[in-house]
Amino acid sequence: MAAIFPVSSQEKHEKTKPSTKSITLRISKFNPGKDHATTFLEFPVSYEKWTTVLDAILEVKNYHDHSIGVRYSCRQAMCGSCGMIINGKPKLACFTKISELDSDVVTVEPMNNFPLIRDLVVGFERMFSTHKRIKPYIIREDSEISSGAKEFLQTPEDVEKYIQFSGCIKCGLCNSACPTMAVDSTFIGPQGLAQAYRYIADNRDQGKDERLRIIDERHGIWGCHFAGSCSQVCPKGVDPAMGIQLLRGYLLGYRK
Amino acid sequence: MEKDRKEGIKGMANPGRYGIERVAYWLMRITGLGLLVYFIGHIYETSSLLDGKAAWNSMLELTQTTEGHIFLALVIGMCVFHTGNGIRLMIAEAGFGFGKARRPDYPYTPSSLNMKNKLCIYVSIGLAALAMMYGLGVMYDV
Repeated sequence: MAAIFPVSSQEKHEKTKPSTKSITLRISKFNPGKDHATTFLEFPVSYEKWTTVLDAILEVKNYHDHSIGVRYSCRQAMCGSCGMIINGKPKLACFTKISELDSDVVTVEPMNNFPLIRDLVVGFERMFSTHKRIKPYIIREDSEISSGAKEFLQTPEDVEKYIQFSGCIKCGLCNSACPTMAVDSTFIGPQGLAQAYRYIADNRDQGKDERLRIIDERHGIWGCHFAGSCSQVCPKGVDPAMGIQLLRGYLLGYRK
Repeated sequence: MEKDRKEGIKGMANPGRYGIERVAYWLMRITGLGLLVYFIGHIYETSSLLDGKAAWNSMLELTQTTEGHIFLALVIGMCVFHTGNGIRLMIAEAGFGFGKARRPDYPYTPSSLNMKNKLCIYVSIGLAALAMMYGLGVMYDV
């Protein structure tokens, strides 16, 4: 029989006492309408092993500086709103624990290769318009409503071909990490190209030729040099680099 | 009012943040430019033949210095890496070597950054280093 040991009041206190660990949170501040240069504000923030970077930013926003501009929503890596550069790499702030960064200083900056709105908030208009350009929907003449079958059946194998790429939450981290996006604003980008593959690989879709015509240009699929940084930063396992190379197979005639 | 946060050449060339694939990307660009410079220099060098044997010999003497040997060793290294990594990229960009697309499970490990690709990059770097050493050995009669 297992012995039950009463928990002493000291042990109870140790379990519930707040963390003594703390980091310096450096937040990039820049308002294009007012400021001339980016400044970094520094705040000491205590953290627990489960504290995320977003928690730390919100603590600073709530108790130290209300003016900090940050966009967030779901806090569980589903909405794709809180992408930012954390200690030099694009990450979701809600999906990055401070304890995992292994650093006494955490620097947060807005994502690269996007227009800056204010502080940590960037504009997604360009990414969304590129996303729309590749026609991110099933294209076919008949529809599930008008056809006699009422639904287009797919085998699990058919779904496996594209399901990985349908996990994209449009957070923009891949575009922020892409070296081609760093120098070419007109490049479609890993987000848009991976989505083009997602629909082309879907056997319900009949818009392959239409989409391949859109991406078959210098600022389209041929702008990718397979640096793989997009896949490395993707928080949802989408692997845009793989999608882009598989997409090239259609244009080079290896894939039908 | 918005300000574009485009990283520019500095961000494109920064190889340190994203692993060996980004280093390979950066080396591919640098070696490509280096080989272009060598190609132009090579045309200039061989065009000295038109001015006779003496001009050709004096041009060849330029490569018989320590700086010349280092430059040629770098050309050998650039050539070998660019070829090795180029073959890897041609195969990968045709869509081969990743396996099949599949439902991802956490923690996500991208198939495009698999060990086969990493190994090819390391082999290309290793071969380039070996070729440079061999070239230097020949040039210095070791």
